[in-house]
Amino acid sequence: MEMGFRWDFAYEILPQMLWATLNTIIAAGVGYAIALIVGLFFLLGQRTPSKIINGINREIVEFIRSTPLLIQLFFVYFVLPQFGIKLSAWVCGMITIGLHFGTYLSEVYRGALEGVSKTQWEACRALNFSTVYTYRRIVLPQAFPIAIPGMGNYLVGIFKDTPLLSTIGVAELFHAATAVGGYNYRYLEPYTMVGIIFLILSVPAAMWVRKLERKVNVAQGKMKQ
Amino acid sequence: MSYFAFLAEHGMTLLLGTVTTVKVLICSMVLYVIISMIFGLMRLSKNLIIQGIATVYIEFFRGTSLLVQLFWVYYVLPFFGISLEAFVAGVVALGLNFGAYGAEIVRGGILAVPKGQWEAAHALNFSPAKRIKRIIIPQIFPIILPPAANLTVELLKATALVALVTVVDLTFEAKQINSITWLSAQCFGTALLIYYIMARLALVPFLRWLEVLAAKKVGRGNV
Repeated sequence: MEMGFRWDFAYEILPQMLWATLNTIIAAGVGYAIALIVGLFFLLGQRTPSKIINGINREIVEFIRSTPLLIQLFFVYFVLPQFGIKLSAWVCGMITIGLHFGTYLSEVYRGALEGVSKTQWEACRALNFSTVYTYRRIVLPQAFPIAIPGMGNYLVGIFKDTPLLSTIGVAELFHAATAVGGYNYRYLEPYTMVGIIFLILSVPAAMWVRKLERKVNVAQGKMKQ
Repeated sequence: MSYFAFLAEHGMTLLLGTVTTVKVLICSMVLYVIISMIFGLMRLSKNLIIQGIATVYIEFFRGTSLLVQLFWVYYVLPFFGISLEAFVAGVVALGLNFGAYGAEIVRGGILAVPKGQWEAAHALNFSPAKRIKRIIIPQIFPIILPPAANLTVELLKATALVALVTVVDLTFEAKQINSITWLSAQCFGTALLIYYIMARLALVPFLRWLEVLAAKKVGRGNV
């Protein structure tokens, strides 16, 4: 077998890899959209006045957060059909990623809401604003900028966890690389290219998130003055 | 088949897998802590080359997926004549990946020690070694331990990935039993429970204990 990086082979498989990259981006985007919504439900469960619901919610969140995404994927993919629910690998993957990262996003939301000063609430009470109005016009506009860096971090996080989907057969980038590698019996180029594609996409994204974070910190520092 | 019959038949196998998972966890934990300290310090170096190396390392390992790194170490390194055993490859990949995240925590911790502490130690004519050992390091631990604890729980979860490069850990065993018996709910459910118990009843209390200990050492007992 030829040693070293074979550029001609890399060039040959490039179109295939780029198509698969598109699938990875779709998977990350859809998974993220689900996670954003699931996070809202966990946040709701946490902020309802009922202590029982709070407790159950917390245990569910803790359970999902302290177990590996990989086994959760297997669980959803293999167990649901036993109860007669037949879903494709894509749907299973999206649901699992959405649930897993939804727990993390609910924490981001919570932190952002707690980041809004209590006096804002008191002022709204004093002005006789309704709860809905307070959230919509006063609290959420202030909480949202605080949540943005955390939300961005988890978008990058989801993107980097999409290769796990290949284990249940979702045809994303890593799956394509494994298939190409197995077919040609050369793993050096496909896996290296996956790494490079990930770097190209996620390093600028992460830098952008860090920039946002700095911006938010500065803005908050100004608010305190 | 009842759940207890399942446990009687396959519980031992899962437990053996758990032992491997714990081994992977401990080895990669040691490795990642060492790497974090080295690269965290390098990141703060005034020498631009050393700082650059650390930055490239950190960005590279944080920018790519752990699974890709793991497969790269296990399947691609042999192309360059470096064949690692699955267990070693898993530990190395985990250590390198989490070391990059840890290095940033260490860097933040060192920067968070007030400058006055350095100056005071200097003014008291402490030697550089003594300054670091007696003044700076004890103050760093209470700052870096809470984020490091989060990272370590993430590490426990990430150890599941080594099953994909044929390390016979808890995840591997669960998958194996699943493919023989097709009792998916039982085997993956049990695996999830074991991971949960490891995280909540062993790892987190241990890390909390470390945090309290570190806080007490610098006289902040009520943290």
